[in-house]
Amino acid sequence: MNFATKALHGVSCFDPVTGASSVPIYQASTFHQADLDAPGLYDYARSGNPTRHALEEAIAVLEGGTRGFAFASGMAAISSVFMLFSAGDHIVVAEDVYGGTFRFLTQVLSRMGIEVTFVDTTCTHAVENAIKPGTKGIYLETPSNPTLKVTDLAAVCRIAKKHDLLVMVDNTFMTPYYQKPLELGADVVIHSATKFIGGHSDVIAGLAVTKDEALGKQLYFIQNGMGAILGAQDSWLVMRGLKTLKARLDVSSRSAETIAQWLSQHPAVSRVYYTGLCTHAGHDVQTSQASGHGAVLSFDVGSRERAKAVFDRVKLPIVAVSLGAVETILSYPAAMSHAAMPPEERKKRGITDGLIRLSAGLEDTEDLLQDLAQALDSLHELRIPDDKKTFSRV
Amino acid sequence: MPSQTIEGSGIKMHLETKLVQTGVGKEETTGAINFPVYYATAYRHPGIGESTGFDYTRTGNPTRAVLEEAIAAAESGDSGFACASGMAAIHTTMGLFSQRDHIIVSLDLYGGTYRLFEQVLTRYGLWFTYADLRDTEAVRAAIRPETKAIFVETPTNPLMQITDLREVAQLAKEHGLLTIVDNTFMTPYFQRPLELGADIVLHSGTKYLGGHNDVLAGLIVTKGSELSEKVKFLHNTIGAVLGPQDSWLLLRGLKTLALRMERHQSNAFAVAKQLLGHPAVSEVFYPGLPEHPGHQTHSSQASGFSGMVSFRVRSADQVPVFLQNLKLISFAESLGGVESLCTYPATQTHADIPQEIREYVGVCDRLLRLSVGIEHPDDLAADVTQALDASLVTGGQLR
Ligand SMILES: Cc1ncc(COP(=O)(O)O)c(C=O)c1O
Ligand SMILES: Cc1ncc(COP(=O)(O)O)c(C=O)c1O
Repeated sequence: MNFATKALHGVSCFDPVTGASSVPIYQASTFHQADLDAPGLYDYARSGNPTRHALEEAIAVLEGGTRGFAFASGMAAISSVFMLFSAGDHIVVAEDVYGGTFRFLTQVLSRMGIEVTFVDTTCTHAVENAIKPGTKGIYLETPSNPTLKVTDLAAVCRIAKKHDLLVMVDNTFMTPYYQKPLELGADVVIHSATKFIGGHSDVIAGLAVTKDEALGKQLYFIQNGMGAILGAQDSWLVMRGLKTLKARLDVSSRSAETIAQWLSQHPAVSRVYYTGLCTHAGHDVQTSQASGHGAVLSFDVGSRERAKAVFDRVKLPIVAVSLGAVETILSYPAAMSHAAMPPEERKKRGITDGLIRLSAGLEDTEDLLQDLAQALDSLHELRIPDDKKTFSRV
Repeated sequence: MPSQTIEGSGIKMHLETKLVQTGVGKEETTGAINFPVYYATAYRHPGIGESTGFDYTRTGNPTRAVLEEAIAAAESGDSGFACASGMAAIHTTMGLFSQRDHIIVSLDLYGGTYRLFEQVLTRYGLWFTYADLRDTEAVRAAIRPETKAIFVETPTNPLMQITDLREVAQLAKEHGLLTIVDNTFMTPYFQRPLELGADIVLHSGTKYLGGHNDVLAGLIVTKGSELSEKVKFLHNTIGAVLGPQDSWLLLRGLKTLALRMERHQSNAFAVAKQLLGHPAVSEVFYPGLPEHPGHQTHSSQASGFSGMVSFRVRSADQVPVFLQNLKLISFAESLGGVESLCTYPATQTHADIPQEIREYVGVCDRLLRLSVGIEHPDDLAADVTQALDASLVTGGQLR
């Protein structure tokens, strides 16, 4: 089955009892047990809820894993997956992970005796060099947020296998439609389903999928034990989003590509980050491991002042924290998604004060271009202080 | 039941009033009496560096905020935080501690809390001593240089043991420890630990606060701005937040909390009396009974006894027969809802506590726990009686 068909007809897409075209919302916290000696499939909704279960099965099928898990948010999924580790363990982490992940690792997990080394995972040697006796896992995000650096998943997974390490991949930007890390050798895939999978800026959710059953059992224990589960109503909303994932991404990604190309010709823009541009350093690896480039791009207008002017002048995009929605969203990483990261760490990662992230929605591409044009054209009054005009050579 | 008056927008209001009025007047655009469910995850920023007060729903959601304010006010705390489940609330709170920190915990305790502590958090170098918190001297003896907090359930789940909250909180203060109280069984309607000196109150909102067996939720209430800021950070960072629809369901539950709690309690008295007089029952645990050893302490710190009743039958083979014969009361794992439920702690809620510890504490295989709902008390008493009768006939001869 192709992706679009699988997303609609993979599993659990209708209610087995009534045949209803969508799984009902089981707003129940507990389930009557008919027999003390023969517990039912569901006993308590933290341990299992039929609506949540349908979503968990659906994402497991789409990612090609054995078990899926739905969490209260992407961060809840991430913090739960990290609970697979114990004090004394060491984890190698991609240096430009999502700011919230960075914050969790450096301010919560570090107090629990887990050591983390941040490395540039686009360099496979750097990953291998960071491995030491206590290393237990590698955590990746590719393309990364917000400068879309690409990590070679199969290469890193090969290193991981050699050292018996668990590979976790945050697949939020790609979704299983474009990239299936488990097929490339990863052990756990994580999503902020708040983004493309939900797709409508109307639900906070996280998902995780494990490749094998043993790891699935461990993560299930943690999901139930820590209790950061997704509610029934929210599970239903995420499933609703899944049904249109392919159609939405097709449109948004096409738009993103057109916008990226257009921006890279615009004099007010000093740099564009989009893996679909053949000038992007990660273009080839991306093309070899994913079937698309996604709907997120970033561009640098040179300074905070100029970025502010763009934000003030655009009319269509929502200026907000988040991405992956039907609406085009502009955000300002330095003060939003990566505010939790110290300025010097930000600078190292290319998250400058002039950087703007755009998540393309479903609006007409021409309308978006026109809106961006009127905002950017007005910038010539504001000089670019940094006039190095290089395109995506990171 | 007497309710203390608490401050609200300049007017003194009883807690019942405050609970019913939750969210009223908060929606200024349309005047909707019930606060709307805000599904939005992202909020349009007027410009860079400007915000409406809401940026991203994990960090703050308007519907969730109304709930968080309401529970903070009801518990006389400073800040409230709504989580995906009671366990998520407990786990988030434990994020306050670091490797090598030591925590003293109620010996009798909800099994899921024990499991989280022993099977997850010990892996991060936190360590726990389970002490009989009824005995303040035992608590004092358990304090170590590394001790950071005392974690209290009172009444405990499922044995209804009572801890003197004022005494324990006082002891904690003397040693610079945090007092954390799981107030799930009592709710702020009957007991407000922060007023007695505790620092943090936790709830499984799945239980009485939600009240309808239809939503999973957890709540944290903190006292003081420093602690509130720390928990706010953890809430957003760990991300185990409650969704807007579930927040709204909980708000809806809060409005009838007072009514429900009164009925749960009067029904619990009726059922406890029925159990006491039945030959199939050897012991009844309900803090409302004057002969309950914690009755006096409990009465001094809470204004009621809630609706949870545990009891022991005379022999373990009565248990399956009793459960099979219940007609009205569902055999299910939860509590605090309008429908009466019966739980068998040994295999359900407390299955993750090793058998020898369970037995030592008293959660034996003859123990059953009733969450008494708001049905007619005579119907409940009749159902319990006929199931107990049946357990004597087929479960094991009269002994
Ligand atoms: C790549 C990535 N991972 C994880 C998260 C966290 O997800 P959530 O906001 O749903 O907790 C985000 C966004 O916030 C993200 O962009
Ligand atoms: C006293 C107590 N605390 C905490 C919990 C955990 O709450 P939840 O099931 O909502 O995660 C429960 C019940 O399950 C409980 O009875």
